[in-house]
Amino acid sequence: MSIKLTIDGKEVHARSGENIIDVASQNGVYIPSLCYVKGKPCLGTCRTCSVKVNGRVMAACTMPVADGMEIEVNDDAEIVDMRKALVELLFSEGNHNCPSCEKSGRCELQATGYEVDMMVSRFPYRFTPRVVDHASKTVFLQRDRCIFCQRCVDMVRDERTGKKIFSIKGRGTHSSIEIDAELANDMTPQQVRYASDLCPVGCIIDKTQGYDDPIGQRKFEIKSIKDRALEKEHR
Amino acid sequence: MSHSHNKNEILSHELPATPLDPKIKAERDAKIQVAMMGLCGCWGCTLSFLDMDERILGLLDKVAITRSSFTDVKRIPHRCTIGFVEGGVANSENIEILEEYRENCDILISVGACAVWGGVPAMRNVVPLEECFVEAYVESPTAVPGAKKVIPFHEDLPIITTKVLPLHEVVKIDYFIPGCPPDGDAIIKVLDDFVHGRGFDLPTEMNRYD
Repeated sequence: MSIKLTIDGKEVHARSGENIIDVASQNGVYIPSLCYVKGKPCLGTCRTCSVKVNGRVMAACTMPVADGMEIEVNDDAEIVDMRKALVELLFSEGNHNCPSCEKSGRCELQATGYEVDMMVSRFPYRFTPRVVDHASKTVFLQRDRCIFCQRCVDMVRDERTGKKIFSIKGRGTHSSIEIDAELANDMTPQQVRYASDLCPVGCIIDKTQGYDDPIGQRKFEIKSIKDRALEKEHR
Repeated sequence: MSHSHNKNEILSHELPATPLDPKIKAERDAKIQVAMMGLCGCWGCTLSFLDMDERILGLLDKVAITRSSFTDVKRIPHRCTIGFVEGGVANSENIEILEEYRENCDILISVGACAVWGGVPAMRNVVPLEECFVEAYVESPTAVPGAKKVIPFHEDLPIITTKVLPLHEVVKIDYFIPGCPPDGDAIIKVLDDFVHGRGFDLPTEMNRYD
């Protein structure tokens, strides 16, 4: 069923059942997100896609569009700043040392930081010590950088048994990302690359991959995350 | 301006020098005073300051550069309009210099990852300071065999802070240019905007964290 709604005051048409993030990008409006992967069930963990729906703050990935909805993405200064604050929170909660990170230039968190014009975090940087996990032969976990999006937990599974390879242990400030080293050892090189590319930060690192692309020719330097998100829709 | 520096310290601008031609001095004093200071960093951002290259020439009728990698005096000799600062705060001397610099700059700008959030030196923040000292001076793998194991401590040595701090946690910082280091393009953009009264605007495509 075709429905009508407005995004930043502009009337748009959509099919019911689609989520706000997809409808917005079909209409050329970029909403940043760090956990949502188009075509996969949404996770709703990062909240970076927060928008105002009829005046209330909602995550654009989990919210299906409805007839008559009024959505504010960039028109409302408060929601623009809220999204920026959410990205800043992630930068101060983990230890995101871009200058020393293999994922720099290919990192969705970094690229999103640029899109929301983050120069510095308004929150105190915490510098929590975290242990790197080298147990698997295929990947290592740089826990400093995990943002708990749970993409790997839900979308990377052992191809034979369907078991989860990644999991989150503990709750709240004690949470940590864990890996089943035995299952991870059985991952094919393609699956390893899928998992490390799926990770929006530099937490899951493919042991065969390093600083492969020179500065200036890295993924988001060739084309920004915003252009990539909008381009997918026009294909 | 007065300095609360150490008893044995003489700053270069306090040394006896031939006075500048009064006309040149008056012209220089009438310009916008710009400085760049370095704290706990690698001076890479200061090299980016030099990467403004010949573009700085177009601003020189409006701008006078006091302390920077062009001049290499230790501290700013007088009040500045625009102060750039690279590096984080890692010891008591950094705090002293930064506080004095803040007092004497109208606009203070953090330049680079170390100034903005601590950067590479802040990698020690996840290790207790005592362990850092032990690794560096007592159990150092590169120590000369048989050398006496001493953790340096003297009243003339700055005291190391427990953690490396971003500058805005010590003094008020007005603007931030991230990057490790930021490009000379970003620095000239910011400087040019201020000189022409346009205010701070670092565009998305110039923003970088590495």
